[in-house]
Amino acid sequence: MPVDQRASSTLDVDAILADPDVRIVVCCGAGGVGKTTTAAALGLRAAERHGRRTVVLTIDPARRLAQALGLSELDNTPRQVKGTNGDAGGELHAMMLDMKRTFDEVVLEHTDPRRAEEIFANPFYQAMSSTFAGTQEYMAMEKLGQLRARDEWDLIVVDTPPSRSALDFLDAPARLGRFLDGRMLRLLLAPARVGGRSVFTLVTASFGVFSRVVQKVLGGQLISDLSGFVAALDSMFGGFRERAEQTYRVLQAPETAFLVVAAPEPDAIREAGYFAGRLAAEHMPLHGLVLNRVHAMAAPALSEEDSLAAAEGLAPGAAADALRIHAGLARQVAREGAVAARFTEEHPGVPVVPIAAQPADVHDIDGLRRLVPR
Amino acid sequence: MSARDRWPARLHVVTGKGGTGKTTVAAALALALAAGGRRTLLVEVEGRQGIAQLFGTGPLPYAERRVAGTGDRGEVRALAVDPEEALLEYLDMFYKLGMAGKALKKFGAIDFATTIAPGMRDVLLTGKVKEATTRTEAGHRVYDAVILDAPPTGRIGRFLNVTAETARLAKVGPIKTQSEGVAAFLRSPMTSVHVVTLLEEMPVQETTDAIAELTGLGISVGRIVVNAVQPPLLATGKPTQSELRKALVAAGLPADRETVAGLHTEARDYLTRREVEQGLRTELATLDRPTVELPHLPGGVDRAALDRFAATLAAALR
Repeated sequence: MPVDQRASSTLDVDAILADPDVRIVVCCGAGGVGKTTTAAALGLRAAERHGRRTVVLTIDPARRLAQALGLSELDNTPRQVKGTNGDAGGELHAMMLDMKRTFDEVVLEHTDPRRAEEIFANPFYQAMSSTFAGTQEYMAMEKLGQLRARDEWDLIVVDTPPSRSALDFLDAPARLGRFLDGRMLRLLLAPARVGGRSVFTLVTASFGVFSRVVQKVLGGQLISDLSGFVAALDSMFGGFRERAEQTYRVLQAPETAFLVVAAPEPDAIREAGYFAGRLAAEHMPLHGLVLNRVHAMAAPALSEEDSLAAAEGLAPGAAADALRIHAGLARQVAREGAVAARFTEEHPGVPVVPIAAQPADVHDIDGLRRLVPR
Repeated sequence: MSARDRWPARLHVVTGKGGTGKTTVAAALALALAAGGRRTLLVEVEGRQGIAQLFGTGPLPYAERRVAGTGDRGEVRALAVDPEEALLEYLDMFYKLGMAGKALKKFGAIDFATTIAPGMRDVLLTGKVKEATTRTEAGHRVYDAVILDAPPTGRIGRFLNVTAETARLAKVGPIKTQSEGVAAFLRSPMTSVHVVTLLEEMPVQETTDAIAELTGLGISVGRIVVNAVQPPLLATGKPTQSELRKALVAAGLPADRETVAGLHTEARDYLTRREVEQGLRTELATLDRPTVELPHLPGGVDRAALDRFAATLAAALR
């Protein structure tokens, strides 16, 4: 069940991963919080513990994590991850998103080969398909739509791109769609045609000034490349937008579960709060917050102050150092608790579950198995 | 040697993987370079309002506002660059838009320009940063240094090279001229990119990748700033459980088995972490860049901590 805003509780990740009606889990959140690792750990748990045939779609995994998942190449093909336990009847597959190739595939699917060649050769397409801010987000959603449409998987776990802001991931498809069939573009490329339409009559005068400015600023060559690009893409406008809208609807459906991932740091928590608000506003099914890298004390009976005082009273040495380490840890635990409490105060209805911080980086299947949300 | 001699560039671009403390380091550097009655500008470009959060001010507008002083008449101003405003400002400066400026907004032209013309957004952002860095009043530079809280390592090459990218697309015209000017500035000795990292695998890997990428682009890399470094404890190895028990008893603290074992576990985890860190430190050393370390602050970063960081950065050897 998605969040209802009444009471705060502990997020039951296993209930989500086990639910046969949940077909997509989207992990989102700020960069640097361990989103990819969390997505992989959830996928592994769904396969091993809940017997689901699972695929994890990753965007930009750390090299050693990618190796652990058997992702040696960016080839847009899900491959089965070796070394997982299949006793429960599940499987874990993983794939890494190739943004450019996905874009190329979309183009090929929506147009004939001759026109596709034209599009691929256009400098605007080349730049846009590899550098346009938002392309990665759009293509991640496109790939998700494709995987879901094939209906081969019990569960798809998606790791969202490390966006410049939380917004991009939800907005990029709409923005790209808006651009591709935007009236701005048509106005710019066909001002003569525009002049004839009554709806634009009132603004035609100022538009003429504007159009001249644009010509002057951008230069004729750029306009003609752009014009070529748009003319070639023209036939695909409808298809692009339709796909974006379709994926958006899948994301809103009850078969999808959004999990916001954050570390207990002020920046990450702020982004998480923002994301929670945004998902609610878009009617996306937010299930809860996974709080990653939470520190815990192994000796909770000792307070920070007592440990520090004891360390000061001891001769320098290993025991004094151990007490200082404990004091630092106690301080960090208190701070993380306060930061997490701020989130719960602002979003009382969003269940939260912690994942314990690991002393060393995770880059094998055993390491992923140790990342248990509880 | 003054902080300015140790950090000779005029534009300091601060990047790093998300979560490494880029904004904190950028702010501390802005404070360090403002010391001694100087003025610096701290710029953010991603609309995150991280600077405002850090200094506890309201959201920054598209205007240069004082956010902190240094106690010796130095001043840090801050600016959140908005691409739309930057575009209108740029066009107005060169073309005296008048009515057309309003039309631009009405037709969604800004959305269009900053969305499609690939890199347009980034050219506007870097263009504004260049303008602030080189701005003079009455023959004097307005800012002694500009510090840019830049996009993360994964995007930094694209962000800084985008001007070259745009220059390639726009073969003639003012956009090309503008892009080339910014590209040249970013490749000049006036600009230096500093990479913030943690002693964790992924940030170190991204640091390595970003330095290789920037070097390949002909953009000069300044320092590596290693953030959140653990204090060097347990140099002689971990204590035995009986040593711990004795210490706890001597201090009159609980010394039950669970607490002793817990402390022992914490010490072991600390050493595991330290070992990983040491390996990564060695990896960073092979990059052969001047490196400065900032301590881990378990209680978080406040203004006093920023001043401490600023002092450490100001004293960092080249």
